[in-house]
Amino acid sequence: MSESSMELDSVSKYFGSVIALKDVSFHADPNEVTCILGDNGAGKSTLIKILSGFHRPDEGRLLVGGEEKTFHSPRDARAAGIATVYQDLAMVPLMSIWRNFFLGAEPRKGRWPFRYFDLEGAKQIATDEIARMGIMIRDAEQPVSTLSGGERQSVATARAVYFGAKVLILDEPTAALGVRQAGVVLKYIIRARERGLTVIFITHNPSHAHLVGDRFVLLNRGRSIGEYRRDEISKDELLTKMAGGAELDELSHEITELEASMRSAETGTTKA
Amino acid sequence: MSVENQVDSTGDVDSAGGAGSGGSNDERVRATSTAHRILGNPGLGAVAGAIVLFAFFSLYTAQFGSLAGAATWLDPASTLGIVAIAIAFLMIGGEFDLSAGVMTGSTGMLMGLLAVHWHWNIWLAMLGALVFAVLVGLLNGVLVVRTGLPSFIVTLGTFFVLQGLNQGVAQAITNTVRVDGINLASGYDSANTILGSSVTIRGVAFPVAIFWWVGLTIVGAWILTRTRLGNWVFSVGGDATAARSVGVPVAATKIGLFVSTAVMAWLVGMMTALRFTSVTSAQGVGLELQYIIAAVVGGCLLTGGAGSIVGASVGALIFGMAQIGIPYAGWNSNWFFLFLGVMLLIAVFANDVMRRRFRDRGA
Repeated sequence: MSESSMELDSVSKYFGSVIALKDVSFHADPNEVTCILGDNGAGKSTLIKILSGFHRPDEGRLLVGGEEKTFHSPRDARAAGIATVYQDLAMVPLMSIWRNFFLGAEPRKGRWPFRYFDLEGAKQIATDEIARMGIMIRDAEQPVSTLSGGERQSVATARAVYFGAKVLILDEPTAALGVRQAGVVLKYIIRARERGLTVIFITHNPSHAHLVGDRFVLLNRGRSIGEYRRDEISKDELLTKMAGGAELDELSHEITELEASMRSAETGTTKA
Repeated sequence: MSVENQVDSTGDVDSAGGAGSGGSNDERVRATSTAHRILGNPGLGAVAGAIVLFAFFSLYTAQFGSLAGAATWLDPASTLGIVAIAIAFLMIGGEFDLSAGVMTGSTGMLMGLLAVHWHWNIWLAMLGALVFAVLVGLLNGVLVVRTGLPSFIVTLGTFFVLQGLNQGVAQAITNTVRVDGINLASGYDSANTILGSSVTIRGVAFPVAIFWWVGLTIVGAWILTRTRLGNWVFSVGGDATAARSVGVPVAATKIGLFVSTAVMAWLVGMMTALRFTSVTSAQGVGLELQYIIAAVVGGCLLTGGAGSIVGASVGALIFGMAQIGIPYAGWNSNWFFLFLGVMLLIAVFANDVMRRRFRDRGA
């Protein structure tokens, strides 16, 4: 069992009478992108919060590198090498890329009281690390506010990786992005995988998932409804399964009926 | 809408003229030259203003450009600038301090009372005033951080409290509005040499405050741009939530900024009290806004997160030059306030343009 694999074993989470997750199991390995797919309310957010240490499971176990772990806080999860990149990326828009990259963990040189922030080193490392994510930034002096959404994501991810993340959890990184920007993000997901990270990609977009995923875990109404390898499932099957095939059939049936009833009502009015 | 304001596929507007989407070879990326970056420096407007002002008064009046003239306008600029540096830090950190002006009076008054009425050694009296300043700075900082109220209101409160104390205590103890005879206290000479005396260069006396000011500007600029603390100051003013989530001690940083502001006001209070050997209860009232104006003229955003220490000092220099240059030119000194107002409006307008260019597009 690899040091940086991550596994959930029959995890359940309840909020009062609400069953947020029930008996969810999956495992994510290094050098792989594991996609967690689900519609709104499927339990994705709860799952992320368990993986990143915000919540503790009520039942079941969480394993990192084959060992059972209990995270009491997001800080615990971070210490175990699990980095979560959220949609709000914890960056200060007015500050330059390199200042943001090292914010809270500034490399320093010299002796007190002349200890200083190693600016040249910081700029160099930030530029190199972001380049390793496949993003060319022209100038690390640019304020983060001048970056596009996809670029900000990649800076935040490069930062997490540089500071020792082994498991990278990406919470809907493509949700607010257009096609081209999403492409930027999907490319750096591949880069992160090639660097040996365990990537957990949470999304409700089966097209994006199928482009980069090695494995797919489908959630519906708090339950796992299947786990597939890339060669076992097509994009369309993924979409159908995710929406719940039966539900989609039912929906198309309902819409046909609705249209029919509206048409007949119209004819009724014309007659009268 | 100009070329760099194209709407990209996500509906975002690339208003900042920086990178567009997708990396290096994006045709919408506008090249930023070195000149462009220098022009984007927050302190540049102040430097340009100072040069124009200097050139104007030097040509218009005989004395202004001379060494003796320089000593007269550097004098008010120095005491203003020392506190303006601390205020710039505080504003970059996203807060205000309206009590900084009156604090120069309160600390001077307290030092005077301790030295003159209770016959303390001047150094001990200065230490006592320093402790008082630190406590008030802590009070400001802790109140702002704990309550989450705007520092504008909290420090307006401490401003009035200190002003009332100055007047009330002076009246109660001395039966007048002033404390005199500080030069008679023990230790006065050594303290005055360091803080209140002058250095003669080619027959012209330059107050030591000028050298303190220059030194503190260099140290301040170094701290802001080249230390971890400086990075933290930018971050707590730029986005306190983001800063906290990456481990920056936001509360401690902000409280520290309030304390350092109070300490700088104390330093100027000591300089003024020692040099003039007396303190009146009205000392410092009204200066709080001048500090803020100097910082804003120097490029500090009112919303926090950006600014320059050298800029704030140049802002103070502009003040000093206008304050002395206007009477030198033979104009009524009331024009000084008109000048202040115009400078402030120009600076705020220029800063706002900057802010729009680098604005967060929101998410």
